Amino acid sequence: MRFRRISFPVSALLSILAISLYFFHGLNFGIDFVGGTLMEVKTKAGPADLATMRSTLGTLNLGDFHLQEFGAPDDVLIRISEQPGGDEAQQQAVQRVQKALGTDFDYRRVEVVGPSVSTELLAYGTIGLVSAIGAILIYLWFRFEWQFALGAMIANVHDLVLTIGFMSLTGIDFDLTSIAALLTILGYSLNDTVVIYDRIREMLRRYKRMSMPDLLNVSINATLSRSIVTHLTVAISLLALLLFGGQAIHSFTATMIFGVVLVGTYTSVFIASPILIYLGVGTSRMGGAEEHEPEPEPAATAPQRARARR
Amino acid sequence: MLFFTRWKAAAIVLTALVVCLFALPNFFTEGMAKRWPALAQRHIVLGLDLQGGSHLLLQVDASAVRKERLQSLTDDVLRVLRQARIPFTGRAIVRITREADIETALSKLRELSTPMSGILGTSGQRTLDVNENGGLITLTPTDAALTERIRQSVDQSIQIIERRINELGTSEPTIQREGIDRILVQLPGVRDPSHVKELIGKTAKLDFRMVDLSMSAEQAEQTRPPADSELLDGENGGKVLIEKRVLVSGGDLVDAQPGFDQRTSEPVVNFRFNSTGARRFAEATQANVGKPFAIVLDNKVISAPVIREPILGGSGQISGRFTVQQANDLAILLRAGALPAPLTIIEERTVGPGLGEDSIKAGMRASYAGAALVIIFMFVTYGLFGLFANIAVIINVAMIFGILSLLSATLTLPGIAGIVLTVGIAVDSNVLIYERIREEVRAGRSAINAIDAGFSRALATILDSNITTFIAAAVLFYIGTGPVRGFAVTLGIGILTSLFTAFTLTRLIVAYWVRLWRPRTVPI
Repeated sequence: MRFRRISFPVSALLSILAISLYFFHGLNFGIDFVGGTLMEVKTKAGPADLATMRSTLGTLNLGDFHLQEFGAPDDVLIRISEQPGGDEAQQQAVQRVQKALGTDFDYRRVEVVGPSVSTELLAYGTIGLVSAIGAILIYLWFRFEWQFALGAMIANVHDLVLTIGFMSLTGIDFDLTSIAALLTILGYSLNDTVVIYDRIREMLRRYKRMSMPDLLNVSINATLSRSIVTHLTVAISLLALLLFGGQAIHSFTATMIFGVVLVGTYTSVFIASPILIYLGVGTSRMGGAEEHEPEPEPAATAPQRARARR
Repeated sequence: MLFFTRWKAAAIVLTALVVCLFALPNFFTEGMAKRWPALAQRHIVLGLDLQGGSHLLLQVDASAVRKERLQSLTDDVLRVLRQARIPFTGRAIVRITREADIETALSKLRELSTPMSGILGTSGQRTLDVNENGGLITLTPTDAALTERIRQSVDQSIQIIERRINELGTSEPTIQREGIDRILVQLPGVRDPSHVKELIGKTAKLDFRMVDLSMSAEQAEQTRPPADSELLDGENGGKVLIEKRVLVSGGDLVDAQPGFDQRTSEPVVNFRFNSTGARRFAEATQANVGKPFAIVLDNKVISAPVIREPILGGSGQISGRFTVQQANDLAILLRAGALPAPLTIIEERTVGPGLGEDSIKAGMRASYAGAALVIIFMFVTYGLFGLFANIAVIINVAMIFGILSLLSATLTLPGIAGIVLTVGIAVDSNVLIYERIREEVRAGRSAINAIDAGFSRALATILDSNITTFIAAAVLFYIGTGPVRGFAVTLGIGILTSLFTAFTLTRLIVAYWVRLWRPRTVPI
């Protein structure tokens, strides 16, 4: 718990860093949110010549466009910004590109999002994130006291903030699957926090005289082995996805690994628990020796004993 | 916690078994499964990103619907007032010139507004708002009426699109309404949707009108076309002056077939009218022998032949320098009917089959790798109990597939990611239990008591923690589309099944092991 003197400032700093990254560096919004066209093309023979492709497309008067290699030297991702002229113009742009590139390419994937849909998806995405945070807050309020709910929320929104900072830093595509990743990170981090809180609540009932810092330490230590094992298993699954899952979900998996494994663990241990002290949980406690209460024997063992007697 | 009645144990095993069985149909082809009962035939549908195919979202042009509605309203107003012989000026906003007529005019015009039917009989809404102010009567279509009109347009459009697409022979297209003014078209297996997009994009409104010979097209361009005519694009890129009055409309066509002109061997479209159309066509051609008449498709003149003799048979031929493909397409469009309003493609996602196959392979590889690693890890960390957990996880995944099959849910690449993630999360429930058991053992309990306490203490925590992830999945399902929705579905179902397996299966396995082995120590 001493760590809270280090961890809180560090977190605050990182959060500010993340937020400023968002505002200055910006997120690489995908076509889902700003409209435009995405085409994944594969050359039929040999590696792709990006320079030639760029100059060919440059003559088409498409406005901003962007080419990059996508997973293999013969795989190219073309991204064209939203064309003025509404939904019709997007379709025309696709046709012009297809005509210009000709038959040397295999069109693996074409995604066109017009202005009407992109504004909607952006709205839905934001509303979704906010309402998820709200819904979970309400749920936690029911199950725990308000300080726990608030503490969990602060810790986990902090998770999201840092993850968004990570996405801004790395320039990962921010589209609908990223929102999926963020929501999953939120849900899963909370999963973690709830486990620790559950233990803290149990300790609060059991050891009525222990000081808060000590109690929190005990709770965290008790759940530490579980946390490590679980995080390892999730990390393994995500690693398998990252290595074998292909380029299509690469950005999703990378975001998940950062959010769940790295940040999630850190916040559950170093932020979510100490925050409870600041929120005033257990302020009526004095430091003191541990005190054990006699434990009632679980009722389920009675039939066992009954059977053993037979 | 470790006590199960025979009934309970049997029920649990049976449930798990039955759900897993639902996953089986996925391993058989359509042909083999045809003779099974309907319930057993349900299987997982592969999303377009795994199957390859095209997803198109179309939007009805609401402003076109509104314009058309206003136009017909204007026609109705003229008709009513003319019949009642009330002098007036204007169109949808009319000024009644004689004060005495105002009442009569109002009541007659109000009749144009019909009540709209709601779900339980007539709702309070009407189709028109009629307001009068000092002799000036304003008629406005209500918003409710317009929305209804748009809704009807969408229904009609869906039918027409279905007819058009069916002619192309794509396998099992999905065409359905989305929201008030949108249509979702999904074409599995289509690798190049451009032909379909062309067919869907055309409104295909066919009219037969007379060419206006009172002035040349150039004169009309420079000055102004006469009140009852308009300038339209012609076949050769120039403009043609055409009368606005429609002599025969494409709606009266009863058949259209591609064919070849007998003399020139050009591809043409042969058409036939119904009796009304045939009559009108006969009248029009009789009255205008020697003059050119225009065949207008979507406000563009495709052909303007001169009428050589009256056509009484109600059939004819459209030639417009078509290719065979164009003639074919036009015939399809005419047979299917004209769209009531133009459709715009607002979203398209097409995945080629190559990428689809690659995605499936990648997904499978990731699943096997992930599952294998997790299983090994659990075994190493918890030994025998790790084995129990692994059995539970395997059954868990089978159950996920079973439920997905039962719901005929769509599996997408993020969906596969969701399943892999679920494996990691599902293990957590077991870990919670086992770590608790270890703790109890360390605290000095006997083997059975420790196991028992481990389960009872951990289960409340398991419930709480999984519910939060479930809420996130639920929100994602609501706001997501397509592949993302597939992820939300598998994640949500995965959480439910892992709750089930943690609460029941793992407990059951451990309970039976305890009963059979009667251990003194816990090998954990």
